[in-house]
Parts: sequence; C-alpha cells; structure tokens
Amino acid sequence: MDQIWQVAYIFAALSIIGSIKWLSSPATARQGVRAGQVGMLFAVIGTLLRAEVVDYQWILISIFIGAAIGAPLAYLMPMTAVPQLTAISHAFGSLAAALVGTAEFYRLTPTGFTMTALVIETVLGYLTFTASIMAFGKLQEIVPTRPITYKGQNFVNIALLIFAVSLGVWMIVEPAPSWVFPTFTGLSLLFGVLLIIPIGGGDMPTVIALLNSYAGAACAAMGFALSNRLLIIAGALNAASGFILSVIMCKAMNRSFLNVLFGAFGQVQEGASTAMSTKPVHSATAEDAAAIMAGARKIIVVPGYGMAVAQAQHKLRELTDALTKRGVEVRFAIHPVAGRMPGHMNVLLAEADIPYDKMHEMEEINPDFAEADVALVIGANDVVNPAARHDTASPIFGMPILDVDKAHTVMVIKRSMNPGFAGIDNELYYMDRTLMLFGDAKSFVSDIVKAMPAV
Amino acid sequence: MTTETEMSLYVLILAVPLGLQLVQRVSPLLHTPLMSLTNAISAISVVGAILVAGAQGATKLSQILGCVAVVASTINIVSGFLITDRMLKMFKKKAK
Repeated sequence: MDQIWQVAYIFAALSIIGSIKWLSSPATARQGVRAGQVGMLFAVIGTLLRAEVVDYQWILISIFIGAAIGAPLAYLMPMTAVPQLTAISHAFGSLAAALVGTAEFYRLTPTGFTMTALVIETVLGYLTFTASIMAFGKLQEIVPTRPITYKGQNFVNIALLIFAVSLGVWMIVEPAPSWVFPTFTGLSLLFGVLLIIPIGGGDMPTVIALLNSYAGAACAAMGFALSNRLLIIAGALNAASGFILSVIMCKAMNRSFLNVLFGAFGQVQEGASTAMSTKPVHSATAEDAAAIMAGARKIIVVPGYGMAVAQAQHKLRELTDALTKRGVEVRFAIHPVAGRMPGHMNVLLAEADIPYDKMHEMEEINPDFAEADVALVIGANDVVNPAARHDTASPIFGMPILDVDKAHTVMVIKRSMNPGFAGIDNELYYMDRTLMLFGDAKSFVSDIVKAMPAV
Repeated sequence: MTTETEMSLYVLILAVPLGLQLVQRVSPLLHTPLMSLTNAISAISVVGAILVAGAQGATKLSQILGCVAVVASTINIVSGFLITDRMLKMFKKKAK
C-alpha cells in the first residue's frame, strides 16, 4: 500500500458505509450526510491523484459546471418537489455511468468478462437515464401521469429487451460490427422510456426506488469493468438500498415487482366508479368539523399525496397546534406508499415543523384507530379504502391499509366525489360515520382552524 | 479468472449483504432522505468519469464523454447531498 489514492479509497469506502449506518436514526442522520460528503471527497481527490490521470483542466471545469447546476437545483426546488428532484438527479448519475461505459467500450473494444461488465453498466445506465427522465416528467406532470397503455405493450417491451440483451451477448462473445454498440445504446434508451410509460403516479415510489437500485448496479458493474473496488462497494450498497425500498413498497401494495412494472395499475375502472357514485354521502362544513374536533380526545390524521399537491402541511400544523392547546392528542398515520416516494409524507410534515415522534408507521398505529375519536383523511384515498380487506374484485384487494374506518368519526377532506388517482371508488366515503369535507385541502384546514371555538 | 476479478467478486459478495443489513435498519421515517443520500452516493461513478476524462492518451471522444460524465455525476453528487441535508435539518423531535 504505497499509493496515496489507495488509502483515500479505503477511507472513502469506510465513510460511505458509515453514512448509511448513521442515517438509521434521525439523531445521527445529519452526521451520516457529512460522512457521505467526506467519502465522496476522498473518492474524488484520490482519483485525481492517480498516476493515470494527467489532464486536470477539463475535469476541474466540468466539476465546477456540475456543482453550479446541482446546487441551485437542490436549494430552489420546493420540498414537495423532492420526488422529481430525486428522479432528475438519478438521470444525471446514470447518464454518467453509461457514458463512462461507452468511452471504455470505444477505448478497449473488449470481449469476455470486461465486456460483460460494460454491457451491464451501459444497458442499466442508459435505461435508467431515460426512465428517470420519464419519471421526472410524470412527477412534474409534463408527461400525463395516467398509465399509457396499448395492446401488446408488454410483448413489445420484452421483445425489445431481449433484442438489446442479445446484441450485448454478441459483443461479449466476439468483436461485433460497428453498428451493434450504437443500436444497443439506442434500444436501452428506448426501453427506459417504454418502461415508464405504462406506470401510474401512484406506483412512482416503487419505481423510483427500483431506478435507484439500477443506478447502483450500473456503478458496481463499472467497478468490475475498471477493477475499481470502491465503485463496487458504493454501487452494491446503493443497489441493495434501492432493492429493499422497492420490496417494502411492493409489500405495502401487496403486489409483485412484475405487476408494478407490467401491470399498468391505475386505469380508470369505469363500471365500478359510476355504480357507487350515485350513493348518498354526508357532507359537513368547517364549523361542524371544528366543533367535533374540539370535543375529541384523540385524533389521528392520515395525509396522502393530495396534501402535498394542496401544500396543506403548514395549515395542518396550525390545526395541530390549536388542538394540542385544547388538550387534544393529535398523531399522524403514515402509510408506506403515501405520496410519490418512500417517506414523502414524513418530509413534508417535518417541513411544517411537526415533530417526528408524532408520526407513526402503519403497523404501529393501526390498533389505535378503534380508540380514536376522529380520523382525519387529507388527500389520501386508496390507502384507506376498506375494499382492500374484503372485496376480492377490487384491484387493491389484499393491500394493507390504515384502519381509518374503525375510528369513531371519519372526516375526509376531498375536492369532489371524483374517484382518486387510481380511479377506484372508496366505500369509506359512504359510511354513516363518515363526514365528507368538500374543498381544497389547504383552505379547508385553514377554515377549520378559524372556526375552532375559543378555549 | 484473474485474481483481480476474483477479489472484486469477493468484495461484491460482502458488500451486498452489508448494504441489505444497513438499509433494513433505517426507519421508514427517513426513507426519503435515505433515497436521496444513496442517490448522491450512486454518483460515485464520478470516479470512472475522471479516469476516462483525464487518462493519458485519451481520444477526443473519450475526453468529451468523460467530461460530460463528470458534469452529470457532479450535478448528482451536489444536488443529492444538499437536498438530503436540507430535509434532515427539518426533522425535529419536539415542537419548539
């Protein structure tokens, strides 16, 4: 070990492992970010010190340009846009992996093991690049969020993937003609787009986690191609992280990976929704809601993506404060797939200064709904739909849900009776104990706060 | 199989279960910061990008590809770490 860069790489690997370890608890999480930054710094400096690197000028300029774009991106994006930001950030990272793979291919035109690594790196890199851009487009609502499907879609996608992989195998076995690599690249890029087109907004948490995993796998493959173990360690950690998160998301929806990717979930179920929409519901005003809440002892709030859209989290904090002052216990129940990425709701509530010990996971809080006087649902739909428990015909049957219907009174803030994102009607709305509060989440919560009787 | 490759495979074999263990311990409360942190870490591909861009006797093509890769991965690193920190700053245990 006589090389400085090798020592730097070892410190980088240790810091990166430490950073994920420290992230396990909110108390040490920021320390984890520091460790990650230090690790990255070690990696970059170590690499610049390697004897192979002789030309610094353009590298430093490129780093500067990257930082100048990245920093405003992170500071100017509102908190509700974190899923989009993660998606676009992913796109850049995987593009880098793919370009490195491409450059290495043209430098070495290898076959065998190195080429296997390069093929994996480039196919994952390019498909994650376009898939992340598509995911960004859907989250930003530039691209329609509803799943876009056509007949034979899965067949086309799988055929495309098989074609791309065959070209990859060809290049591994022997030096292939010059058109093969560009075609392989094009197919990978196209596959990324086609992969995301049929996926609806509600499935984004799983998909973003999966893309995270792919980006990590591409890095690990790059590590094999370059015989660089730091890349393998960081890539493997990342791939494992994305994989676990997507498994958690799939479990929380009671669906398989294949179903998320090829199931085109969330198409409008015309028959079911029109049949139920004619039933009567009980609606209430902000004053009614305020009076009931003021008299309650325990309230559980269930936020969903609608809260993010309406930016209602700050008003919700005001309501929480007003109720807490009256001695009402207010807690928050967070479903694993609420929002557009894992943990999305927690970040928004934290942004509004709601302490994290008030936020509870599904398994933890579900038994408490029976004792709750009020369950207030804000912008959540499928994750509180009792049909998931008993209606075998429902597309969400078997999905674990928050037991909101067990609360003494259920209040649902909703714009109108239009079925939610997945187009599935919710029997919760027609229960006798349910009060529908029609209106924009932000202004309705604000009205409840105003209507709250003085202490 | 060369010793290099063998060593790399051992590293992979150990790193994957380590990653699975570490991530399973992260509270669901912090899943979004976890994603953006690992997102930043995945930009470790900057290492490969620098090696490609700055290598001795690099062709014009690999220099250009390498530099674009450095720009892209730096964007990922910087935005990933900054947004993670921005989020974590907001998590507080007790209301003020």
